[in-house]
Amino acid sequence: MPNTPEHIPQLVGEIYRARSRSVFATLIRLLKDFDLAEDAMHDAFKAALEQWGEKGIPSNPLAWLVSAGRFKAIDRIRRESKFDSLEEQRNWQTEAASPDASGLIDKAIEDDMLRLIFTCCHPALSLDARTAMTMREVCDLTTEAIASAFLVTASTMAQRIVRAKAKIREAKIPFEVPMEHELPDRLAAVLQVIYLVFNEGYYTSSGESVTRVDLSSEAIRLARLLHVLLPDSEVTGLLGLMLLHESRRPARTSSKGNIILLEDQDRSLWDRYMIEEGLTLVKRAFSSKPPGPYTLQAAIAALHAEAARPEATDWAQITSLYSRLLRINPSPVIELNRAIAIAMHKGPEAGLQQIDAILERGDLDDYHLAHSARAELCRKLGRTNQARASWERALALSQQDPERRFIQRKLSELGS
Amino acid sequence: MKYICLGYMNEEVWETLSESERQTFMDECFGYDDELRQNGHYAGGEGLQEARNAATLRWRSGRVSVTDGPFAESKEQIGGIMILEATDLNHAIRLLSKHPSLRLGRGANSWEIRPAFDLTGFIEDSKRRRE
Repeated sequence: MPNTPEHIPQLVGEIYRARSRSVFATLIRLLKDFDLAEDAMHDAFKAALEQWGEKGIPSNPLAWLVSAGRFKAIDRIRRESKFDSLEEQRNWQTEAASPDASGLIDKAIEDDMLRLIFTCCHPALSLDARTAMTMREVCDLTTEAIASAFLVTASTMAQRIVRAKAKIREAKIPFEVPMEHELPDRLAAVLQVIYLVFNEGYYTSSGESVTRVDLSSEAIRLARLLHVLLPDSEVTGLLGLMLLHESRRPARTSSKGNIILLEDQDRSLWDRYMIEEGLTLVKRAFSSKPPGPYTLQAAIAALHAEAARPEATDWAQITSLYSRLLRINPSPVIELNRAIAIAMHKGPEAGLQQIDAILERGDLDDYHLAHSARAELCRKLGRTNQARASWERALALSQQDPERRFIQRKLSELGS
Repeated sequence: MKYICLGYMNEEVWETLSESERQTFMDECFGYDDELRQNGHYAGGEGLQEARNAATLRWRSGRVSVTDGPFAESKEQIGGIMILEATDLNHAIRLLSKHPSLRLGRGANSWEIRPAFDLTGFIEDSKRRRE
């Protein structure tokens, strides 16, 4: 690498883009404070810009940045008792001067990134707080960007983040990776956040606002990072699931922003590269230990992706995957999806019976998709009046414009 | 750091336990309390009588008024409190996760972990004012 001063800003910029969150994560561990670590990280990069040209690029830039950041933080508030020994500072200074031949420093910094993810997604924080913290601290989105992506005001989002940080500090939520026996539950709390972020981007993106952050891409990026740090089969499954959904994005809405159902989509628009990667991940996730909920959902998405035409879909297999999913994750929404699969496999009458059974229990009475599904099956069976009643119920419950337009179109197609 | 654990229980569910189930419940809970004591994690605790035996004090019209127990008639009542000495919240969660009351309480028992509020600063300031 050329070592001339003109190249320093570019080099520092590259390291900033690729690794600033890792430096930040390590600084949180050392300084035990999110805000202090954020300031320290920026101070460190500023110091790199000022000093590397003159003093030369350190052998281990990351260790140098950690060392500089820590030093700056201590400088900021001297004589605070919460710091570790000076020894830790000396260790980082020594590391900065030597290349990381063994990869140990890189490993330590990667572990800190994982600690950051698990701390931001601690189950003692509400799902909203976990999501906000993950977007802000791990993904490095601004509070304003997160607020606009989740359709809340910036001050609401800022308050959510401030409160979460206060809880981490005051209740003493430690900066650590959970123990082996806690990992499945703790990981579930992380994956829940990632999938929520993905769905928020996938189902609410209207294409109206270009300034809104693409949450689906953020979620996929986050899952990729987690997958490198912790290659658990459910992480693999979730990444596969999201890629397979994302692959259909170009086909799922018309140029006017209207919804196009899976069976009506132009499958040539599906992103082949994403599908290939998604299928490989799903196969890998499915082959290790009993598949978890994300892996099962990913396997269902894979069967859709593999069907060249809607008629070629393996609905029998999809039905059986939904049954397995229901056994580990009982939920009326999954039951509804299985009912739709049954309708595709065994005919609308069989599916309708299932949906009516769910609705009779009252579980999904307020869920517009249950009524939409019922309406569509009634239409196929020629029961126009019942279909109209269900579409109208769905319309009354639906919140979003594209959905409402979709239902209105369906209603007008029924005729009068 | 100290964590105050509020143990909630549902009396209706407790009534459904057989005598031998109740004995097992108590033997295991007290056994685990001993284990916590031996490891230095138990910093105090008490069982509580039913809420109907409680008295509530308030300031009303310039004097203390005493009334009967909490008005909120909820099925879940605090049945006991325990103070844990733990390094951090995860440690406290780890210690309490093993409490047999959770496993043996038919899903009706729950623990709320509240980090202790450090009053030292307030107390010192106050002392200085009172001197």
